[in-house]
Amino acid sequence: MLKTLRRVFSYARPYIAFFILTVIFAAAGISLSLAVPVFIGEAVDCCVGAGKVDFDKLLRVVIKLGASVAASGLFQWLMSLCTNRLAFLTVRDIRADAFAKLQRVPLRYIDRHTKGELTSRVINDIEIVSDGLLQGFTQFFSGIITIVGTLIFMMTINYKIALVVVVLTPLSFIAASRITKATHDHYVRQSKLRGEMVGLAEEMAGNQKLVKAFVYDKRAEERFAEINRQYGKVGTKATFFSSMTNPTTRFVNGLIYAAVGLLGALGAIGSSSFIGAMSVGRLSSFLAYSNQYTKPFNEISGVFAELQNAVASAKRVFDLLDEEEVSDDSGLEKLTDLTGELSFSHVNFSYSPKSKLIQDFNLDVRSGQRIAIVGPTGCGKSTMINLLLRFYDIESGSITVSGREISSVTRDSLRSSFGMVLQETWVFTGTVAENIAYGLPGATREQIIDAAKAVHAHGFIKRLANGYDTVISEDSGLSQGQKQLICIARVMLMDPPMLILDEATSSIDLRTEHRIQRAFVKLMEGKTSFIIAHRLSTIKNSDIILVMDHGNIIEQGSHAELMAKGGFYSGLYNSQFAS
Amino acid sequence: MKRLLRYLKNYKKQLVFGPFFKLLEAIFELIVPLVMAKIIDVGIINRDSAYVLKMSGIIVLLGVCGLGFALTCQFLAAKCAYGFGTELREALYRHINSLSYTSIDRIGTSSLVNRLTNDSMTVQNGVNMFIRLAVRAPFLVIGAAVMAFMIDVRLSLVLFVAAPLISVIIFFIMRRTVPMYKKTQQKLDKASLLTRESLEGTRVIRAFSRQSEEIEEFNEAVDEIAECSASVGRISAILNPAAFMIMNLGIVAIVWFGGLRIDGGSLTQGELTAFTNYMTQILLALVVLANLIVIFTKAFASANRISEVFDLPPEETGTKMPDAGSGNIIEFCGVSFAYESAGEESVRGLSFTLRRGEELGIIGGTGSGKSTAAALIPGFYRPTAGEVIVSGVNVNEVDAEELRRIIGYVPQKAVLFTGTVRENMRWRKADATDEEIIAALKTAQAWEFVSKLPDGLDTLISQGGKNLSGGQKQRISIARALVGDPDILILDDSTSALDYATDLKLRKALRADHAETSVIMISQRTTSLMEADKIIVMEDGSPVGIGTHDELLGSCEVYRDIYRSQMNEKEDRNA
Repeated sequence: MLKTLRRVFSYARPYIAFFILTVIFAAAGISLSLAVPVFIGEAVDCCVGAGKVDFDKLLRVVIKLGASVAASGLFQWLMSLCTNRLAFLTVRDIRADAFAKLQRVPLRYIDRHTKGELTSRVINDIEIVSDGLLQGFTQFFSGIITIVGTLIFMMTINYKIALVVVVLTPLSFIAASRITKATHDHYVRQSKLRGEMVGLAEEMAGNQKLVKAFVYDKRAEERFAEINRQYGKVGTKATFFSSMTNPTTRFVNGLIYAAVGLLGALGAIGSSSFIGAMSVGRLSSFLAYSNQYTKPFNEISGVFAELQNAVASAKRVFDLLDEEEVSDDSGLEKLTDLTGELSFSHVNFSYSPKSKLIQDFNLDVRSGQRIAIVGPTGCGKSTMINLLLRFYDIESGSITVSGREISSVTRDSLRSSFGMVLQETWVFTGTVAENIAYGLPGATREQIIDAAKAVHAHGFIKRLANGYDTVISEDSGLSQGQKQLICIARVMLMDPPMLILDEATSSIDLRTEHRIQRAFVKLMEGKTSFIIAHRLSTIKNSDIILVMDHGNIIEQGSHAELMAKGGFYSGLYNSQFAS
Repeated sequence: MKRLLRYLKNYKKQLVFGPFFKLLEAIFELIVPLVMAKIIDVGIINRDSAYVLKMSGIIVLLGVCGLGFALTCQFLAAKCAYGFGTELREALYRHINSLSYTSIDRIGTSSLVNRLTNDSMTVQNGVNMFIRLAVRAPFLVIGAAVMAFMIDVRLSLVLFVAAPLISVIIFFIMRRTVPMYKKTQQKLDKASLLTRESLEGTRVIRAFSRQSEEIEEFNEAVDEIAECSASVGRISAILNPAAFMIMNLGIVAIVWFGGLRIDGGSLTQGELTAFTNYMTQILLALVVLANLIVIFTKAFASANRISEVFDLPPEETGTKMPDAGSGNIIEFCGVSFAYESAGEESVRGLSFTLRRGEELGIIGGTGSGKSTAAALIPGFYRPTAGEVIVSGVNVNEVDAEELRRIIGYVPQKAVLFTGTVRENMRWRKADATDEEIIAALKTAQAWEFVSKLPDGLDTLISQGGKNLSGGQKQRISIARALVGDPDILILDDSTSALDYATDLKLRKALRADHAETSVIMISQRTTSLMEADKIIVMEDGSPVGIGTHDELLGSCEVYRDIYRSQMNEKEDRNA
């Protein structure tokens, strides 16, 4: 826990000036505000009774009082400003680091986590750190100053009564921590049930149409009602227990207030030699102190709960930041002089040590060849691409591009020599033109339109509300096929030396696909290309067809050769047209 | 809004007694400074130790009673809020289940989920806080003011200046900051969107070597967040110091003018102390009140969103039962349909009949109206013109649930639910036996891999079926619709992730195992539909050809086009 805290504060180091100022302003503001009851007490003592008011003294006290109130207010304001700056700047830096980290971790890490989980670390967890740790810290700090300051002032007024207050203090603490502990278990159960209920609601109401289609509604209602009622019961308890804190500490407060009043009054009467003499004014300052003395205790115990939360969140963020990064390749040479040749030799790879995937894989590709990879789902087709582009590193063997080992050149130069259209379409929030020009940010409008025309996307783009300037996003109502056309246009525009098309046309209806095929043929001319597809018609004209199953190449050859062989491929091909 | 109040009906007692007990506590709290004033003015002046002791005892007693009252109130509040919330959610979910597809489209499923969970919890919290604070805070403000008024009318003028001044400051700061908080939240949402998009597109980003641009863009976004939060912070930082200053300057004024009044003999020392106490109480209560306003504003907004759902009428349904003896299973007579939000019709002038046990194919490009036409069969949407007659009954007059019970529906996107494979397979028929389930899985070509799963039918499917491949999910989703042997099976382009060999096996098994079932198959592949008894070719919402494969090859140009584009290799091969 301490390590995590230290690390959070190491992010605050560049803003140490704000930190120091926060401490100074807090100390100044709080001590001045603590002086206020003393001055009020002095003022009350100036007004003993009718005709006995010392106006000269009262005026001086009132001026002192006014000045310290104004100064204290000013310092409190400055303190808030510094805390804000400190918190927001620190959080900004952590967040920027976390996001940059996501760009540097191996894909293996990203594939293993859900997008929602990683996003929530960058956004929500860091927000909790900001609320809990940084702002909690100032609360904690000013709480301590208030307590210490109040104690000092009470001691100077009457140390004996102050001692009584100190003795009574743990009451408030014990009560609060007892309640917190009792509440905690209920809270844990409540948040678990809430999670379950939201999960169920997301599944059921989120797929409402399916629920209706299966007439599953009654059963869904029963399941929802059951969990909802449990949540209601636990929630009632959790809320009740947590809401006990305020009245209980108010009560303890009241006890302390009564004790101070009693002892103070006895002192003022002079009937108790133990307490010593005390004026009415001093009693009233003492009462004011005892009123505000217990408040910081509540706040601090609240801060502790939040702190635990924040540390847990910070730890999740730091876990991400501590992830191993892909190896640094800035010292390596760039891949240049592309010949279009590439080879796999004795390549072994698997995603998890338990199940082997690619074993002793060999392939030689000459310049300009078209390689098709076919095979059932999960046979390792996409894995080839992951390895070729170094999204994942091979375990043994070697892959060369233009005669160079791919691990001996920079990843960027390797990847930019390939144009890639992937199975999952990806558009980001931005205009259509920006999306198409993603790989070539300086492209002119003309180039963009030419690329769109080449893939037959121009027609539908023109019909969008603002044509090429229409802002689109993952869920902006474009069909899967339209999104894929934009992704293809993106590659069309880049005109890269080598191509990878992974199920590139799976979501486009066949008539459109047929037209795109012609564009692809043009694009692929003279380029080494890899094509992965379910539809065998799209790959018939390839130079080499690799038939994969369970991570191995089981057949290899041209369409004619494979058909003549009458093996797995010809079976697959014929089934397509069987009646 | 009135609709929501109905769910408070069972909690009238809590609604009345909760605030009542809170009120008692507040009254007792207000009495304390008065008692303390008595200790000073009577006890100390008369040097009466016994009186001081007695009065201190009274303060403790007041505290004990206050504690009891407060705890009672908190308990009633929690009980009422959660009871209300639970009943509201249950009713809301029941209502959501009764909505028609058109209504669901209007609000959107993700928004429905939000209203069912987040919004209902916000309202629940609003009720809780209402009972706990809505009476207490204003009462403390007014009560403290009245008490001060009773002690000294002229001196209480200070209160009547300071309290409104603080209120005005709170009001103005909130008016500035509330929209700014919203803006900050929007900026945060934007950063969240950037993160999600960047994670989804990791491969593309890295393939295009655009990591540094992504980082730059994100840094801009977080800079904006920091700036935005800092400017909210600048304004809200004024609130506490300003309130502190006004209150304490008010006390300065009270002390000064109080001094004058005491000198004149119309005020005592103890009363002056009590007066300053009331001042503090008012300030604290005003701050609570400000927070309360925020909570209530949120609760009202949420309540409105929930009311919107309740305002949607439930799906209309008839009472007629499907007639199992009808010769035609489906009849469309001049059917047209337009979605509520769209100006144009998605399906236009569709007429056909299908006999029991026949197979219907629907083919066409993206957005041609294939799925919409199929959605009219289970009455998900009602035709805007013409008649849809299923199993001998017009869908407008049939009992919608009974109609859907004879239909097995396989959606385009295979969605599975958290739970075991067996639980997923029981969606159509709650009491399906393992034999029935296995038979359906076998027909859907899914049993081969399900039987190999570590726990077979008991294998847990995580949310959305993440642990299965796309093809596996599709096959389970097909099997799910087959359990209970439906009269009609609708396959909405549901085999797109299957390779041709598996697709073919599945179609063969379907024909063999469910000969009585009328299958509606939507597809983009002519090969999948070739043997159908009837094929409808859709283009831009209109049927451009209806007939068998051979008939369409002769008569329908669009069909010929599609067929050729898929078959040219085959023709090459045969030539």
